[in-house]
Amino acid sequence: MAISFLKRGEKKQKQSASARKWAISLTLIALAIWAFFTYFFDKTPDAVQSWFQVWLPPSTINESLVWVICALGLNIVVGYAGLLDLGFVAFWAFGGYTAGWFMSGFFHQVNIHFGSMSAKVIPGIHLSFWLVMIIAALIAGFFGIIIGAPTLRLKSDYLALVTLGFGEIIPQVFTNGENIGGFNLSNGTKGISPIDAIGVFGKRLGPFDLGWKFLIYFFLAACMVFVSLRIRGGRLGRAWLAIREDELAASMMGVPLMRTKLTAYAVGAFSGGIGGAVYATHVNGIFAERFNFSISIILLAMVVLGGMGNVWGVIIGALLMAWINATGLPAIGDTFNNTFHTAINFPSYNFLLFGGILVLMMLFKRDGILPEARLKMISHENDDEAANTGGH
Amino acid sequence: MANKSYKARQVRRAIFERTFGIAILAMLSFWLIVNLIKAPSQFAEVTLIGLSNGVLYALIALGYTLVYGIIELINFAHGDLFMLGGLFSAHFIALWFHQTKSSPMGWLVFFLALISVMVFCAGVNVFIERFAYRRLRRAPKLAPLITAVGVSFMIQFVGLRWNGSGQKTWNSVLPHGSVMLGSVKLPYTTLISFAVTIPILIALTFIVTKTRQGKAMRATAQDQDASRLMGINVNGTIAFTFALGGALAGVAGLLFQQTRGLTSYNLGYQLGLIAFTSAVLGGIGNLQGAVLGAILIGLIQGLNDGLPIGLGQQWSQTVVFSILILLMVFKPAGLLGKQVTEKV
Repeated sequence: MAISFLKRGEKKQKQSASARKWAISLTLIALAIWAFFTYFFDKTPDAVQSWFQVWLPPSTINESLVWVICALGLNIVVGYAGLLDLGFVAFWAFGGYTAGWFMSGFFHQVNIHFGSMSAKVIPGIHLSFWLVMIIAALIAGFFGIIIGAPTLRLKSDYLALVTLGFGEIIPQVFTNGENIGGFNLSNGTKGISPIDAIGVFGKRLGPFDLGWKFLIYFFLAACMVFVSLRIRGGRLGRAWLAIREDELAASMMGVPLMRTKLTAYAVGAFSGGIGGAVYATHVNGIFAERFNFSISIILLAMVVLGGMGNVWGVIIGALLMAWINATGLPAIGDTFNNTFHTAINFPSYNFLLFGGILVLMMLFKRDGILPEARLKMISHENDDEAANTGGH
Repeated sequence: MANKSYKARQVRRAIFERTFGIAILAMLSFWLIVNLIKAPSQFAEVTLIGLSNGVLYALIALGYTLVYGIIELINFAHGDLFMLGGLFSAHFIALWFHQTKSSPMGWLVFFLALISVMVFCAGVNVFIERFAYRRLRRAPKLAPLITAVGVSFMIQFVGLRWNGSGQKTWNSVLPHGSVMLGSVKLPYTTLISFAVTIPILIALTFIVTKTRQGKAMRATAQDQDASRLMGINVNGTIAFTFALGGALAGVAGLLFQQTRGLTSYNLGYQLGLIAFTSAVLGGIGNLQGAVLGAILIGLIQGLNDGLPIGLGQQWSQTVVFSILILLMVFKPAGLLGKQVTEKV
């Protein structure tokens, strides 16, 4: 008995050591990228600069960090707790519109300023970026609970469907929200733009201060990583994993099913809200038509590709797919077309790409690029049986 | 003691659900009566439109319900199969046989298209089952569901390549015009939709309830291992079910393309969701339920979009999905479904 305890302790130490290694190396890479773009980029030869503009522009790096934040949130819902959520875009939208409401001149009837760097004479609600982050997260989390509470007792596939419906309703509400009983909630398809600049250390970050924004986004993503890892090792995280693996057994062991699932849902929604608000500051506006089903699917594909439940895997998956979506596919396409003198429209292949990744990963590498050790054992539990019965 | 309070909670919950359900129904009928008094002829026309949408949804919803009934998979790609069916029939009739007007030749081609689109969509669906879903039959539930979403995206890609990124309009070979019933217009296309759909529904019911293959389907749905022991070819039966569902989606695609005259690569996703909602409304896995649910959803949508006092078309999706969510919360088994306790 004592030996097994010892072993477990060792394993835990090994795990946290590997987490530390990952965290330190990712932070170093991020700092290196920041330093490169802030201090050395202007001094490099033109060829290098144009290479970066085509293959790795700073705005793509920032955008992929937004995706990382959201994918980590979805990872808590899908990867940790095993609840399939196909309507994550709703929380993204809530976060975005919170930023739109509280960080712009949209509500021009009032004039509220708090901690914002914008001029006091401009009407509207102008709150500090950090305060808006918290409000966005709370609003999204609140709606996560509202939608989760009545639906989480459903079986997994029904839950997927209800979240899908929710992800359809919320964007439609915002699209039609120009006149709800005479009240302009969301400015409809015109969207809300511009959003206030982020203020740090008394400095206003304009649209070209990508380096500073990169640091802020990286800090938020790092917070998400920290939260994900800490919760996972704790009581709540272990309860999530137990539910994911066997709901019935978990409830027999005294895990309160509803409350635990609801927390997973709320924490996921929380980070979705943060991601949405960050995205709003990244693109400097909120536009209703951007909130569609494909966002939910891309996020899901990121989590599946990276390895459900493994934080580092999800980060890699998110960075990879965000890069492919924003820069990789058009850049590869242009290079290919210029080399072989063809006119293939590569970005139109993203449907095939995302669909293909989901299908092929499920068929051949169900655990993702960096599989989570625990999940790997479970997802192949029935494989021997399947080989006997389903193979012919 | 604990048992008693649990029971009391159950009873309270049941009472609450019943009251809530009745309240919703009362509001619904009040809304209908107000509209009926205000604009009676418009009401009748809108009802007809709703009905003809409803039979279309029924064809798609049956595909969902058949597949769910047999392998408990929400086949997200089914709506996109319907879209593919629409594209196939548009190309078949207008481009391969050059029929753009209503003529006897056009009607013959329509009939040919009906058969080909059924074969085509059945083939595609069986192909998908064979290469994507079959390998995952024993995998954790999330795996086939995510695969289905992926397949849906891949079919949308095919649609995007085939149809282009915009909407395309096509001329119908079905006769234009309408019959007048009193002051109400009844378009020929609606009549033809009924004339095609109803025999197909009857044939489906016959196949499932009366034939040997149908019996095998029902047995496989209950217990795959037991059916295998009884000598039923389980893989073949599941493939047959996918073929049936695919054929129905193909018919729906043809009817939609011919009555509305448009195709678009992302049509299947929206209509598929609505159809799935209908299947759930009726009680998923239940064939009659799917038809009933589809007709109800078609009616509600038609009435909401067309009546003078309604939320209007821009809220159409919201209305349908709100119904879905309310239903999931209060009556997850659907209208005709039986509440089953989960086996361990």
